[in-house]
Amino acid sequence: MLKDITIGQHFPGDSVIHRMDPRAKLLLTIAYIVALFLGSNPIGLALSVLFLLVAYRVSGIPVRLVGKSLRPILPIILFTAMLNLFFVPGDPIFSWWIITITWQGLYNVMVLSVRIVCLIAGTSLLTYTTSPIVLTDALERLLRPFAKLHLPVHELAMMMTIALRFIPLLIEETDKIMSAQKARGAELDSGKLTDRIRALIPVLIPLFISAFRRADELAMAMECRCYHGGEGRTRLHQLHLGANDYLLTAICAVLFVVIGGSDLLWGMLG
Amino acid sequence: MKMDKSMIRAQQLVFRYTQEGRRALNGVSAEIKKGEFVAVLGANGCGKSTLAKHFNAILLPEEGEVFVEEYNTKDEEHLYDIRQRVGMVFQNPDNQIVATVVEEDVAFALENLGVPPDEMRERVDEAMEMAGIYKHRTKAPHKLSGGQKQRVAIAGVIAMRPDCLVMDESTAMLDPIGREKVMRTVERLNREFGITVVMITHYMEEAVRADRVIVMSGGHIEMEGTPKEVFRDSAKIRALKLDVPQAKELCDLLREAGVAVDEEIISAEECIQALAALLGKPAQPGCDVI
Repeated sequence: MLKDITIGQHFPGDSVIHRMDPRAKLLLTIAYIVALFLGSNPIGLALSVLFLLVAYRVSGIPVRLVGKSLRPILPIILFTAMLNLFFVPGDPIFSWWIITITWQGLYNVMVLSVRIVCLIAGTSLLTYTTSPIVLTDALERLLRPFAKLHLPVHELAMMMTIALRFIPLLIEETDKIMSAQKARGAELDSGKLTDRIRALIPVLIPLFISAFRRADELAMAMECRCYHGGEGRTRLHQLHLGANDYLLTAICAVLFVVIGGSDLLWGMLG
Repeated sequence: MKMDKSMIRAQQLVFRYTQEGRRALNGVSAEIKKGEFVAVLGANGCGKSTLAKHFNAILLPEEGEVFVEEYNTKDEEHLYDIRQRVGMVFQNPDNQIVATVVEEDVAFALENLGVPPDEMRERVDEAMEMAGIYKHRTKAPHKLSGGQKQRVAIAGVIAMRPDCLVMDESTAMLDPIGREKVMRTVERLNREFGITVVMITHYMEEAVRADRVIVMSGGHIEMEGTPKEVFRDSAKIRALKLDVPQAKELCDLLREAGVAVDEEIISAEECIQALAALLGKPAQPGCDVI
């Protein structure tokens, strides 16, 4: 049952977008989010959707995957849509009893929904095309200047790497402990919710103890391999910004400026 | 490089884990020569792992000194020189692999030492070749078998180009095939590349393959010598709560039953030879232990 859990949502491939420098991808994603919020009008959103369709096409990632990442936040979209639909004042289209739907409300709902969908689809594209390890690496390098302000940048990246390394191990271990407790008569899958939560305690405690033991041993093994923090550290894989990265970044940047600035255009039209 | 220069020297070590606890090490003196393959045996809690952790300054002795080549392990200035010279591999392979990709884990020590990327690439590839895991270099560690993971851990240590490899019960959690593969890797590192090996183990069959065996009991060294010398007296080995190698046990039983087999036999190969000679048949070629 625990085998189904996947870490992150990396979708390996060899497209231009997969091969792009992770730092550039990360920064572009942030720029995209900003542009999306600045350009919340039909022109901007249409351009955003178009951009995403092209990007997904190029990366070779099936668009239906976006549906999967959207599912968890669907209730939020629906809820905000309802609020906007029923409670935004303006010119009514439809009115019955205490319910009034206005043009403005409908417009808000459209803009909002498309914006959230674009937001999720855009950020998902980053995680689909970049493995968590590479992403961690990119984060460490991008945040490196902040290390001068005594922010523990290297330590954070190290923690993320170790977490990624140990998640599959801990999942496997949880499975084992659950089987062991079941073998001793623990009822993990039946009973009332409170009973089931209580039944998890004998699973969590051994898991925690073992995690601490692992941490202790890992720390010793790291010391044996001369680990002494981020100072003076070199990396096996160097990140290089190639011609492709510059070109793609430039194209995207221009597009994002257009999306962000589309509000002015929309204002002139409207 | 052959066995005259000292690699590690321990003098009268005393160590306790807690202030009022019992002495985990009680006056241990030992010397490991360069290029040697030494096995350290002993029942649980005899202090063998504690001793191993003194060899690269993970633990510092309460009394006595440890020297790694010319460096005293108490000398903090040379801590990384010591740890680079004496690499250590632990029991659980899962808990010593840091990175999520094999080759990145092998590079971990070199990254810490600040080796330039080009040279690092070379050394990482070399270490992976030496440990026989080059073909798995882009895999995730949790997709490998126990023996493969342990060889990744070995590669991660060899990448530092250490003079000495300390294996702290590194074969204890492996299945027989994984254990044999690790053992062969270590033997190869010892013979071909002249890396000194200190192997802490529970398995007598592994100790038999060493140049020298140290037997510990209750925090001190009980016996020391070549495998043949140490295993000569089966009763004494059993008194120290250790097993006798299977081949030796078989020969003991045969002798009791009145069959004339050599007392010196301790390894499976020798045993096969002797039995074949007794039966008047040549030993089957390719008759491997595993």
